This record gives sequence, C-alpha cells and structure tokens, in this order.
Amino acid sequence: MANLVSALTLGHYLALGAVLFCISVAGLFLNRKNVIMLLVSLELMLLSVNINFVAFSRSLGDAAGQVFVFFILTVAAAEAAIGLAILVTLFRNRRTIDVADIDSLKG
Amino acid sequence: MDSALLISKTQLVLVVLLPLLGSLLAGLFGGRIGRAGAHTVTILGVAASCALSVHVLWQLLHGAPVFNENLYTWMQVGDISVNVGFLVDKLTAMMMVVVTFVSLLVHIYTIGYMADDDGYQRFFSYISLFTFSMLMLVMSNNFMQLFFGWEAVGLVSYLLIGFWFKRPTAVFANLKAFLVNRVGDFGFLLGIAGVLLWLGTLDYSTAFANVELIRNAKVEILNGHAWSVATVICICLFIGAMGKSAQVPLHVWLPDSMEGPTPISALIHAATMVTAGIFMVARMSPLFELSETALNFILFIGATTAFWTGLIGMVQNDIKRVVAYSTLSQLGYMTVALGVSAYSAAVYHLMTHAFFKALLFLGAGSVIIGMHHEQDMTKMGGLRKYMPITHLTMWIGTLALVGTPFFSGFFSKDTIIEAAAEHAQTHAGWIAQYANWAVLLGAFVTSFYSFRLLYLTFFGEERFRHAHASHGEHDHATHSEPDHHHGPVEPHESPWVVTLPLVLLAIPALLVGFFTVGPMLFGTDVLGHAKQVPYFAGAIQVLAQNDVMAELAEEFHGPVAFALHGFLAPAFWLALAGFLLATLLYLVKPQLRVGITRALALPIRVLERKFYMDDLWIGGLAGGGLKLGKASSEIDAGLIDGIVNGSARLVGTLAAMIRRVQTGYLYHYAFAMILGLVALLAMARYYWQ
Repeated sequence: MANLVSALTLGHYLALGAVLFCISVAGLFLNRKNVIMLLVSLELMLLSVNINFVAFSRSLGDAAGQVFVFFILTVAAAEAAIGLAILVTLFRNRRTIDVADIDSLKG
Repeated sequence: MDSALLISKTQLVLVVLLPLLGSLLAGLFGGRIGRAGAHTVTILGVAASCALSVHVLWQLLHGAPVFNENLYTWMQVGDISVNVGFLVDKLTAMMMVVVTFVSLLVHIYTIGYMADDDGYQRFFSYISLFTFSMLMLVMSNNFMQLFFGWEAVGLVSYLLIGFWFKRPTAVFANLKAFLVNRVGDFGFLLGIAGVLLWLGTLDYSTAFANVELIRNAKVEILNGHAWSVATVICICLFIGAMGKSAQVPLHVWLPDSMEGPTPISALIHAATMVTAGIFMVARMSPLFELSETALNFILFIGATTAFWTGLIGMVQNDIKRVVAYSTLSQLGYMTVALGVSAYSAAVYHLMTHAFFKALLFLGAGSVIIGMHHEQDMTKMGGLRKYMPITHLTMWIGTLALVGTPFFSGFFSKDTIIEAAAEHAQTHAGWIAQYANWAVLLGAFVTSFYSFRLLYLTFFGEERFRHAHASHGEHDHATHSEPDHHHGPVEPHESPWVVTLPLVLLAIPALLVGFFTVGPMLFGTDVLGHAKQVPYFAGAIQVLAQNDVMAELAEEFHGPVAFALHGFLAPAFWLALAGFLLATLLYLVKPQLRVGITRALALPIRVLERKFYMDDLWIGGLAGGGLKLGKASSEIDAGLIDGIVNGSARLVGTLAAMIRRVQTGYLYHYAFAMILGLVALLAMARYYWQ
C-alpha cells in the first residue's frame, strides 16, 4: 500500500486533474441537452482544479493550497445554489431548460 | 466755430432711424393703426427725416465741417473692425436731401395710387424701410455699411417688384431682379474684399488715404498676366454698380421691375436706388482715378447703355416701360460722365434726373390711375382734356428729360455731352469717340421716345373708347379684378394727393438746374460771376490730367450763357430732330407709320425683342444653368449616391455574413473563450521565453 502511495507521483495527480478538466470541458461543449449538465460540468471543472491545488500543496509542503481548496468548495457551493436558482427562474420564464432553445444572443 | 454749424450725431441718427421707426410701426402694427395711421406715421417719419436732411445741407453750405465718426462697432474680427458710422459731406447731404424729398413725395402720392389696394400698410412699411436703407447706403463711412445698405435696398426692391405677389409676371420679375443683382453683387463683394486685402481697411477715409499703396501694385490672377491692383478693384466694384444701376449687360431686370406699383418705380427704379451705383463710383473717385483701364471700361459700358437701351424705348407700348428704358439710357449718361472722370456731372445729373424722372413716373402713374389701371399707350390718346395737371407736369418732365435749354435736365445732360466731347478730343482711342457719338445720338433717341409717349398718351384720337368697346365681350370672361370698369372708361384727373407731388416735383425739374449749375459743377456763384469753392471739393477727387470739368469750367459764363449756347450745340438740334420726327409720325401724319413699320420691320423686330438680351440671359445663361443643374442632379443621384449607398450596402452584406458567427448558444461562446485563452497562453509562452 505504501508502495502504491509512494509510487503515485505529482505527475499522476496532475494528470488526473487534467483528465477531469478535459472531461468537464467536453461536457460543456458537447452537451446539447440541458443546462443542468452544464452546471455539473462546471462543478467537475472546479474539482479538477482542487485536485491540482491539493497535489501541489502536498508536494511542496505548503498548507496554503489546501486552505484555498476550502474556499473554492465554499464558493462552488454558493455558485451551484445561484446557478440552480437561475435555472429555476429560467424554466419559469421559458418553459424549457434545453440548451438548444436558449439562443437569444443570436445576432 | 458756431455750435449751430456743427452737425450733431443725434440729428444724423434721427435722419436714419425715423423712417425705420415709421416702417416698423406701419409694418408690425398696420392692422391696429389702420390705413390712415400707417400713412400718417410713415409720412411723418420721412418728413422729419427730410427736414433734418435739409438742415444738414444748410449747415454744410454755411461752413460746417465734414462729419465722419463711427457710432457703433458692429463686429471685430482680428484687426478688422466693422463699424456703423456716418460720413456726411456735401455729396452725402445732396443725396440725403434728394432721397428723402423724393421719398416724401412718393409717400404722399401713394395715398392716392394705392387707395384701394389691400396691401396698403405693407406698402408704406416697405417704402419707409427703403428710405432707411438708402440713407444707410449714402451716409455710410465704410464699405461694409455701404454693402449693408446696398443689399437692403436690393431686398426692398425685390419685395416691392413682387408686391402683387399673386401675379406670376411680378414674381418672375422680382426673381429676375434679385438674380441679376446677385451677379453684380458678387463683383461688388470681390471689390470690397480687394479693398480690404490691399488697402487693409474698410473705412473710406483711411482707404482713400492709403491709395498710394496700390498705385503701382500688380497682381497675377491668371498665370503670366499681371494686372494692376487698382484696375481689378475698380472693375469689381463697378460690376456691382452695373447690377444696381442696370448697365448693359446687367440691365435686363430694370424694365421687368415695372411690374411693381408705379410709386416705387418712381422712387426706387428711377430716382434713388438705381443711382446708388453712380453714387458709389463717385464716392470712390480716389480709387477709380488710379485706373485708366477701369475708367475706359466704365465709359464703354455707359455709352452702350445710354444709346442702345434708348433705342428699345422707341418701340415700347407700355407707358411705364418707355419711362423705364429712358431711365436705363439716362443711367448710361451718368455712367459715361463717370467714365470721363466728370464725377460731379454724373452726380449732378443723378440729382436732376431724380426730380424729372420721378415726375415722369408719377405722371405715368397718374395716367394709369386716370385710365383705371390701363398701361397700354395704344389704348390711350387725347387725355390732355381730362387730365390737365398731369398733362402740364408731364410736359415739364419731358422737356427736362430731352434737355431743353433752361430746364434742369439741360444743364446736367449737356454738361455730360460736353464732357464726353472734351474727353474725345483729349484722349485717343475708339472708346472715347464711341462714347461721344453715343451720348450725342442718344439725345435724338431720348427726344423721340419722350415725345412719342406724350403724343400717344395726351394727344390724338381717344382710342380708349373703341378699344374698350371692341373687347367688351370677352371682358366678362377674362377680367375679374374689382377695379376693372366695364364698358367705356371715362378718364378723370387724379386726386390732389397725386397731383400735389407732381407739381412739387415739376418745380425742381424746371428750376433746380438754373440755380445750382454754377455752384455745384463749375465752382462759381449762381449767376457765374464770381469764383468760389466747388461744391464737391473734398468729396470727389480727380487727377489734374483727367479733370474735364475744370476745362469746361473755364468756358462757363453763368447759366444764361450756358443755356443760350445750348441752342447752338448739336445735342439740341438732334433733340429737335427727334421732337419733329415724333411730331410728324404721332401727331401730324400717323398714317406714315404704316409704311415705316413695314420698311423697317427687321430692326423694329430686333428692338421689340430687346436685342435678344432677354433670350440670352433667360434662355442661354439661366437655361444653361438649369441644364447644368439637372445634369449635376443626375450625377449626384447616379454616381455620388451610388458610391454612398453602395458602400452602405457593402457593409450590410459583410455584416450579414459575419453575423452568422453569433449563434446565441452559450457553449459556443464558452468554447470561443477557451480557445482564446489557449491561444493567449500559447502566445504568452512563445513570446516570454
């Protein structure tokens, strides 16, 4: 077990973070269905950043990175709450949360 | 100096402003003060102005110094200040008296002439405004105020020619007058600009003191042609005078201006406004003396106007048009006098002409009233029985116009003819000879058309009787004017408000020449016995070698001798020939006219078409301008608008293409952001190595 842990280097953690980030970006762009999936992807993107923070914090022996993660988690929670609230309002106004229908910015 | 002999500022301001006040009252409150109120305030204003002008003249004659002061700074641009100020010397004072005197009589006359016109108050307002403008023009001490007065009289002239604005012909005539005057004013403005550029000031006295600056100056307007600055300035200024004083080829507006009511034809288009150009050139004599070329140009134009426009007057049938062509011809005489440097003779003729021509016009107006607004002389005849006062005063006016010795017109006109002859003797060149012959033969022409007018109007058969009986049928259909009487008209003498001005003008037309010719022209006392300071000394400056008036003065031995000598001069015999020919053709043997008309059909046709000048201006220049305008309009619509609209459309098309990028989908924007971020990071990495 200890071997396994010691076998995991910083690079692995960063790779995981990068993979999660890419997944979330893909989720953002490829998702054509609904806005909730967008919010989920955003959360995942934040988490991938958190992984980077924690990994660097551990690697460099600096606790500041982990403190930052707590802040981000808090902000992410607030952001999720606001995002869902907007979503509810959006649904009330437009009767849909389908991404393809929300194009009022179209030129 | 006795303080009674100082011209006071207040007095001059009142001279100018009283007519303006009258005009404003009559114009703005015409409805409230009524007809009687309108003519009362304007007549009082002009009468007071006239009395004060006479007082100013009296002061100057008794030795008051010349008044030259700025009263108000109109505007200040850099170093140039434009002032309102008065220069009152004897030249100005003479003009002030003539303008206010004729204006006053015309005001009184108008009461009778416009008695049943709806625009009564408006008319009084206009003629008072005219008096104000004309006084501003003659009393100015700088070029800018002169230009103000110049344009203001032009404006009032425009308003009054089109006074009956429901008549299309009147509207056409006032537009024509306005446009032709624009041509002249363009030259005038250039002349003023030249004065400002080369003399550095707009003030008369400073400008005249600075003439040495431009005596030998040259300017190259076209490459390779050096022109004398003085010639350029003077010819430009004179072009202004050609417009205002109706000289060939800018004379075409004056005959048409007869569409206006007769009182203003007398005041504006005979006695005062049209002589503004003559006055202006006389006032600028120090400038004009610098340029022999400009004077020759003036001489040529004047001689052409004097003779050729008089010829047209010989075939006109409208009573006012005959007098109008006569005015053109007399203006030509004045211009000839300017051209031979006899400025004082020009201004003197201006004065006598103002009296006798106003008299002739008002007399013609009186005939028109008597004939119930009929102007065609072929429908008149035999009126002397019905209109004795008009008849008598018209005789006096005519005799003065044709230059009968002892009448006022003789002294001024004969002086001009003699000055032209003197000039032709001392100066080589065909222009001097041409001018001499033009004014001499002009005497014959003047006499012919003047007596023709008298005979057709006052003598012979009473043609108005059958003329009216014959077109009595279609009368009902075509005429609906309220003042048009059906059936045969009975001519009648005009009311006293009309005949009184005639009598008051007949007196100076008869006498003023005899009493003023010595003092005003030749620097002697009234009877020509003793020498004294010439009247225009100081106001008019003539170079010694150009001074024909001084030469004539040596031969002057009093007005009686001058008039008796006039009986021997060729001008008198030519005038007599004109008189006899007119008498033969229009009084004794009218049947001769048929044969002559047939024999001279072609020249008469040319004269009736006014030498085709109208066709040239209206068809050629105005028509050409119209075509040019239409062509430009098409180029504008096609080419210019094509470029403008095309570029707008191009932008629109591009925008429509680029707009597709804006899908409105959130994820597209987010993707663009990410791509942008990546690109920026890549750049940052690449450049910050």
